[in-house]
Amino acid sequence: MLRLTNLHKIFNYGKVNENYALKDINLEVPKGDFITIIGSNGAGKSTLLNLIAGTLFPEAGTVEINSEDVTHRPVYKRAHLVGRVFQDPLQGTAAEMTIEENLSLAVKRGQRRGLRLGLDKNRRAEFRRLLALLELGLENRLDCPVKLLSGGQRQALTLLMATMGRPQILLLDEYTAALDPKTAIQIVEITKRIVTQHKPTVLMVTHDLKQALAMGNRTIMMDRGRIILDLKGKERENITVGDLLAKFTARSGRELTDDRILLHG
Amino acid sequence: MWLSILQGTVEQGLVFGLLAMGVYLPFRVLDFPDLTVEGSFPLGAAVSAALIINGTNPFLATGLAMLSGVVAGMITGIINTKLKIAGLLAGILTMTSLYSINLRIMGRANIPLLRETTILTVLKGWGFPDRYLALTVFTLLVFLVKLLLDYFLYTEIGMALRATGDSPVMIESLGGNTNHIKILGLGLANGLVALSGALTCQYQGFADVGMGIGMIVIGLASVIIGEVVIRTSKIIYATFGVIVGSVIYRLAIAVALQLGFAPTDLKIVTALLVILALGAPSLRRFMIQDEFAERLLERSASDAQTN
Repeated sequence: MLRLTNLHKIFNYGKVNENYALKDINLEVPKGDFITIIGSNGAGKSTLLNLIAGTLFPEAGTVEINSEDVTHRPVYKRAHLVGRVFQDPLQGTAAEMTIEENLSLAVKRGQRRGLRLGLDKNRRAEFRRLLALLELGLENRLDCPVKLLSGGQRQALTLLMATMGRPQILLLDEYTAALDPKTAIQIVEITKRIVTQHKPTVLMVTHDLKQALAMGNRTIMMDRGRIILDLKGKERENITVGDLLAKFTARSGRELTDDRILLHG
Repeated sequence: MWLSILQGTVEQGLVFGLLAMGVYLPFRVLDFPDLTVEGSFPLGAAVSAALIINGTNPFLATGLAMLSGVVAGMITGIINTKLKIAGLLAGILTMTSLYSINLRIMGRANIPLLRETTILTVLKGWGFPDRYLALTVFTLLVFLVKLLLDYFLYTEIGMALRATGDSPVMIESLGGNTNHIKILGLGLANGLVALSGALTCQYQGFADVGMGIGMIVIGLASVIIGEVVIRTSKIIYATFGVIVGSVIYRLAIAVALQLGFAPTDLKIVTALLVILALGAPSLRRFMIQDEFAERLLERSASDAQTN
């Protein structure tokens, strides 16, 4: 369970380029919820994810995971609670290291690392089993350096690593935006499989409004640092992309503008 | 005569192989341009020499010298990670401080060790044949260190260290504290460098406060030569390449000396070598661009003709 209370984030506080990125965000996410987040440019979607991951700290308010206050804990101190897939496929894996070495780093998520060898027979067998679930043939390329993989393969690997060690929260930050449409669909399918298996609490930022409605069980819409709409349950069931756009205009008083937004359908 | 020059060169290359591994670790694995090396190399020499002339067991003296290097490297790491001072500057600050510290430790600019008990004289006393003593000892030691370093880089901590240089965002998201890992890595690297300094001074028979000058470039040259000879990013081959690179570098220097280069010119020769090797990709790109521009010109010329 994730609880955000009165969160405020201000960049360059007190300077001419001050930017009030998040204004009084309150959000309660029960365990197992899958939330998709949409919004215009600069709405604060990524900032919100960064506050949960610990790459940024709020000016006021608290972030609680499992009733534990993690507001000011750095990324590595909440890694056991939060897994993350980045927009840039290059960020989530170590390029020079092999597939199995990358996975061995993820096995020790949030745990103390020791002078034990990072790889052994048992771990390799486990990795082979996990990689086979991706259905990309990576299970036969354990000792292949990750830099030789395609963006989609790297993103699939990151997704697998982000859920290893069973973090309760999975953050997906436009993680298919850098992929071609076909690969993006493949990654979405893998995501669905992994999520049904582990049942983590998911927060996914997306520019694809159709995807935002198709995936997950709840959608929140952000604008200029605020949550302006929180769709769930019955209200969300039969909604269309057109309705979503209309709701945005009604709540924010302007059109949904985003140079990357996908409206299709 | 030739053979003994060759043997001496290889011995030097092996001792400097330790230095080269201490440069490889931050530069290639951690992606941290660590200049502490210029201070930790003479630090190792200073500590071991000062202890040896005061009658300390040379093995203990060498161990303590290595430890002093570990501390020096960790200080650079702390300056960089805790005080957020850029890595390059952090190294320069430690290195500069070490100049004063080394003079304090030595009490003067130069300590001769000619009649002192060093690691080599002790082993000679145990009955090792004198002629191949240094060669044997250094070969065994360098490869022992190489194997330990290889093993370490495949442990859980070692892999986190490699990931810190490769993708810091990723290892943090998996719970690795990159600050602590950097401090550890820099400590380890400078421990190796100080060990190299301690052995160098016992091998050549003196410690000198100026013996660190240019060490970083020598180390880099060895790493780069090693990468040219053994083209792989796999750790066990890469560390082997570093040692081979160090020996080849020494051989090249020996040849340059035989060709009549003044010893004082060797630093610029080394620096040019490193510039050339590191700049090669950019130079090649310029050449490709020129070639391509020419081809475009030719084509437009022939197009103009047919029209």
